[in-house]
Amino acid sequence: MRGTWLLMKRALNEVIRVPGAAIPGIMAPALFLLGLTAVFGKLTLLPGFSTNDFMAFILPVSVMQAATFSGAATGVNLARDIEQGWFDRLYVSPLSRGSLLAGHVFSASLRAMMPITAVILIAVIFGVGIQGVDGLLLAIVIAGAFAATIACYAVILALRFRTQQAAPLMQAGGFMMVLFTTSYAPLELLSGWFQEIARYNPVRFILEGVRQMSVYGVDWSHTWKAVVALAGIALVFGTLAMRGLNRAADPA
Amino acid sequence: MSTAVAARLRPSPGLVANARVVGALSMRSLKQAFRRPQFLAPIVIFPSLFLAVNVGGAGRATDIPAFPDVAGFLDFELAGAIVQATMLSAVSGGIALALDIESGFMDRLIASPISRAAIVVGRLASTAVMGVIAGVWFIAIGLIFGAEIKAGVPGALLVIVLAAATASAWGGFGAALALRSGTASVVQGVFPLVFVIIFLSSAFFPGNLLLEPAKTISDWNPMSFIAEAMRDPIVSGISGEPLLEGVLAIAGVLALGAGLSVWGLRKRLAG
Repeated sequence: MRGTWLLMKRALNEVIRVPGAAIPGIMAPALFLLGLTAVFGKLTLLPGFSTNDFMAFILPVSVMQAATFSGAATGVNLARDIEQGWFDRLYVSPLSRGSLLAGHVFSASLRAMMPITAVILIAVIFGVGIQGVDGLLLAIVIAGAFAATIACYAVILALRFRTQQAAPLMQAGGFMMVLFTTSYAPLELLSGWFQEIARYNPVRFILEGVRQMSVYGVDWSHTWKAVVALAGIALVFGTLAMRGLNRAADPA
Repeated sequence: MSTAVAARLRPSPGLVANARVVGALSMRSLKQAFRRPQFLAPIVIFPSLFLAVNVGGAGRATDIPAFPDVAGFLDFELAGAIVQATMLSAVSGGIALALDIESGFMDRLIASPISRAAIVVGRLASTAVMGVIAGVWFIAIGLIFGAEIKAGVPGALLVIVLAAATASAWGGFGAALALRSGTASVVQGVFPLVFVIIFLSSAFFPGNLLLEPAKTISDWNPMSFIAEAMRDPIVSGISGEPLLEGVLAIAGVLALGAGLSVWGLRKRLAG
């Protein structure tokens, strides 16, 4: 536990000591929030759209984007540590592999809090109504957990490619998981093949779980699906990341 | 034809030499782009994924009463994807130029007996070729997934020419930024600006259906005119007004970008 906490603290220090590095992580989701609302805002005119405030509908996408980029940043930092040889030193330390992975991925949850809060604040300033404190807290917890899940995915790539040049793959891969869902419109309003992808994409349930904050209000039917989807994805990516760690430590 | 007239029509040796330099430098830039997937991926893969998400996620937008009469949302979105790709080509070209400055290759070019302008023009020529690639790619993607180019082959060719011109026009800004900053990370930092310019234009959605203040800004954004000029041959046919407005917008962006590049080059040489 102590090793995990120390690794999380190290990751947090990077944010505290270089605060400017957090700006892109806030700017990109904020830009998409405002930009997508300006462009696709009139989609709410379609019959069957679940709200008449598109920014409230798209806010969860930006929150998940912020979580995704924080998770991807963990992978990029790990790749940097591998390039610089610092990660080799962690391998020979008496730290368990589980603690090593946990320290990295949970630091993503902590790092995600700043951009997630910033994006929600921007939305509130632009008039988005929050559906209760419970909805807000639930969304933050779900998005924080999603950041850790994406961090597992980014760790897999970092251990596989061992270079920071894999960064676009970590960021874009995670972001596309979020976009190929009900990101722009409710499921019934999506087009053919895209609707089928969104229907079976488990990230949709996580997104809908976060959407309780600004559109639906908290209800059990959205919450349990989000929790199960999160657990499932975390299990798959966590297992693969652990396997990658073990393989990297013992290539033979 | 008399010998005197023939001699007058023959290109000067200086011009031929410069053209050769521009050709060699643009070929080098293209090889660089194809050898490094991180330069090529943003131009083709990201706009393709956004095209898929926009069409799949907002495809029913054509049911909105004020939406223009188009065969499908994919037809409408193709121009948006192409202009996005051309702008990303411009940024990628700027990053590659900045990397040349960082690695010292630019200094060797400046020390060599070639025209200074040819160094920048060579880079812009390769950006134009990337624009052609983007145009061909998205027209192919559109046709495969059921879009229709209403103006036929001439319309498709016109879109490709406009894409090339747009890429090199915005490439001037990328080159200027690279020449002034000399660092790839600074040029890379303008990636979000690409999305700002596109979101504030009618590239992805009809101008009349944008929310304020994007609606008003899009009326003046040159990217709107460029996107409409590319969209016209796809959704309706080639018509004079959108084409003229698009060409003028490209010319304006090109003039400003080229001017900034020349200024950037002069500053670099003076520094």
